[in-house]
Amino acid sequence: MNGLSALIVVAVLLGTVWLGTGIAGQELLFGVVIPYAAIAVFLLGLVYRILCWARAPVPFKITTSCGQHQSLPWIKANKLESPPDAKWTVGRMALEILFFRSLFRNTKAELAPGQRLIHQSDRLLWLGALAFHWSFLIIFLRHLRFFLEPVPVFVQGLERVDELFQVAVPTLFLTDVVIVAALLYLLGRRFFNPLVRYISLASDYLALYLVLAVALSGILMRYFTRVDLLAVKQLALGLVTLRPAVPEGIGLAFYVHVFFVSVLFAYFPFSKLMHMGGVFLSPTRNMPNDNRKRRHVNPINPEVEVHTYAQWEEEFKDKLEGAGIPLDRG
Amino acid sequence: MATKTPEELLQITYRPPARDWRDPRVDFEAKRGTWSYPGAAKNLEYMGFPNPREWSPTDADWKLPENWKEIIQKGFKDRLGKYRSLQIFMDTCVRCGACADKCHFFLGSGDPKNMPVLRAELLRSIYRNDFTTAGKILGRLAGGRELTEDVLKEWFYYFYQCTECRRCSVFCPYGIDTAEITMFARELMNLVGLNINWVMEPVANCQRTGNHMGIQPHTFKDNVDFLADELEEVTGIKVNPSINRKGAELLFVVPSADYFADPGIYTFMGYLLLFEHIGLDYTLSAYASEGGNFGLFTSHETIKRLNYKIYAEAKRLGVKWILGGECGHMWRVVHQYMDTMNGPADFLEFPVSPLTGTRFENAASTKTVHITEFTSDLIQHGKLRLDPSRNDHRKVTFHDSCNPARALGLLEEPRHVLRTVCNHFYEMPENTIREETFCCAGGAGLGNDENMEMRLRGGLPRGNALRHVRDKHGVNLMACICAIDRATLPPLAEYWAPGVEISGVHELVANALVMEGEADRKTDLRGDPLAGMEAGQNSEDDDA
Repeated sequence: MNGLSALIVVAVLLGTVWLGTGIAGQELLFGVVIPYAAIAVFLLGLVYRILCWARAPVPFKITTSCGQHQSLPWIKANKLESPPDAKWTVGRMALEILFFRSLFRNTKAELAPGQRLIHQSDRLLWLGALAFHWSFLIIFLRHLRFFLEPVPVFVQGLERVDELFQVAVPTLFLTDVVIVAALLYLLGRRFFNPLVRYISLASDYLALYLVLAVALSGILMRYFTRVDLLAVKQLALGLVTLRPAVPEGIGLAFYVHVFFVSVLFAYFPFSKLMHMGGVFLSPTRNMPNDNRKRRHVNPINPEVEVHTYAQWEEEFKDKLEGAGIPLDRG
Repeated sequence: MATKTPEELLQITYRPPARDWRDPRVDFEAKRGTWSYPGAAKNLEYMGFPNPREWSPTDADWKLPENWKEIIQKGFKDRLGKYRSLQIFMDTCVRCGACADKCHFFLGSGDPKNMPVLRAELLRSIYRNDFTTAGKILGRLAGGRELTEDVLKEWFYYFYQCTECRRCSVFCPYGIDTAEITMFARELMNLVGLNINWVMEPVANCQRTGNHMGIQPHTFKDNVDFLADELEEVTGIKVNPSINRKGAELLFVVPSADYFADPGIYTFMGYLLLFEHIGLDYTLSAYASEGGNFGLFTSHETIKRLNYKIYAEAKRLGVKWILGGECGHMWRVVHQYMDTMNGPADFLEFPVSPLTGTRFENAASTKTVHITEFTSDLIQHGKLRLDPSRNDHRKVTFHDSCNPARALGLLEEPRHVLRTVCNHFYEMPENTIREETFCCAGGAGLGNDENMEMRLRGGLPRGNALRHVRDKHGVNLMACICAIDRATLPPLAEYWAPGVEISGVHELVANALVMEGEADRKTDLRGDPLAGMEAGQNSEDDDA
């Protein structure tokens, strides 16, 4: 049901761009105005959300330790999983952000005959997630070729690696295959794994559909409808240099692609896609496990009503005396 | 309450029901055995908490304040502004499901709302509906849900069905910590008087008498003296622990269960014998007579109120630093909250072991050292005379308690101690120990009798791992460093792995200690015969 309602949203979006450019010929709207608006919403939304997060203090250091802490010299500390200082915390975060360390730990529990509960390593989700995010990043960077002139060397290098297998014309990018496969896997989990289906909201499907729509329209353009790349670059450069112009005859597939990218950007700050920023700020990961060594200060440490020793002694005075426990006031 | 057999209890499928999870209705009558009784009015009154009254979850009317919705919404908003953790944990979940089968309560019940992701969604759906742009406009389509009385009742059921063990946060790619989410949910519920008595009674007791059990100072002294006598009976050694003594070098703080009930008392006797062995200059306090802190299961403010006594007492007595006993959640509070809330402890000295001269660098600021760190150091420096064969009648495994494992990373110190004082030590399977350890299912105030079915269910993963080493290695004792474990694991072990007893680490230390002038040791601290001392030998190990 949630999967379906998200699909309807995507279908409406597709209909909009098809009507808008294919029928009504609003190339300027879809090629320039909407992308600009989307970027504006993205940037403003992002700044707003990050300000919201940043404004709230971090009252406590609630690090999750996932390994031996640094204590005594003869006990080997696991500094990446239980970082003793800022330097190792950066290492922990890098592992988390670049290689999804925590997801790598994933296990699958199964209740086997004989009342045996078995926890087995299950890295498929880790692999799928890693494949998706890394190919998305590489594809994003490859796209810089459209926005920068001359094309930076690292972008050219990235393309060369991505074209490792020289198959098909134009040469097939590995990441194009990987991202679609990974997205289908992630979507498949939501459809076919009963527990994941149970927890999935419409917005979980929507995020995957949007990225898939971006990927598929891009693939369609590159390998099948063969858009005019020079015209595309002219439009892209126009956008970044703030001298937007719409060249003739780029084709519907391109506008579909740009429109879905725009929707994705505009949707980003208001959705779970903000996990991209959140992962940097997770308080269980981004602080060292050195609580007893370095004091953490809570900017709002409220005064509370306590039961002081004097009050306590007053209340139990007779009993303290009877038991021969020393008193402060005789 | 535990009338179901393990076979009956295990009729679990991990397949969710057809009903949408956003339907909040809970049938409390049908689910007896899986929830805890509400906080008694007298305890709320003592603490000055809102809405004290007599009520039951099975009542149709929970006697909420008229403006309960407004109170919750305001409380929620207020906390979003004060805790970045809450905002981040509300905003970043992608519902990947990695946490789903990591929760002991889900594994033991199959109830999908025990998946950490859904437990958090119970709160998140309200957050989205009331505090996000998308939710305000799109409502249910954006995953929002209106805050109703049924939702609040559902919170009561599921947020008092989380032990704040943090196992899910180890597996979450964003480190989302359900303990944190549960803490906020409980804080919010406390604003309208929804709490459980197994939390509220210890909280009120601790505020008044200084410990969860409500033991008053004269009884405190009686208990300590009684345990010293027991110790003398077994070992022939007379110890004289002091109470509220000014000028002692160390203040020693333990969870009150250690001087209250079996089997914690053997751990307490263990501490006393160890300190006698090394001639430590320490004092106990009848005022700061609780290491644990049920405030952690109530609200941040309550943590601070209860925790206040420890530093205040250390300062009053003029000790140099603080040594802390074997307690799980106590150490979460000591490690992650105490210094921030009630510090800085600048009136204490840098913690240095008076026997070895070791400087406990990792406790430089809080000036509070964990007893297994202290003992590991004694062992490393050869300060203890030990005869580990006195534990030969025990085949021992170690249960990592949630908080020492996942809030401190205190994993090797207790193992170093155990391996030294026992000849037979075996680990449980690797996905069930260290940072992946499974909870006793009785923490966070849930270790009461009326909640027994849920405790046994949640105890399945730990019990299963325990049964595995019992069958494979003949393990007959599971050691731990947590007072809640010692109180709640015995019925669980009896149910899932009969024949295994529960102990603290320092009980085993004391068993092995060779004391100057001791009597001929025929039994361990429990009075069980040592290996080779059994009256009618060979009966015990037959089924191993």
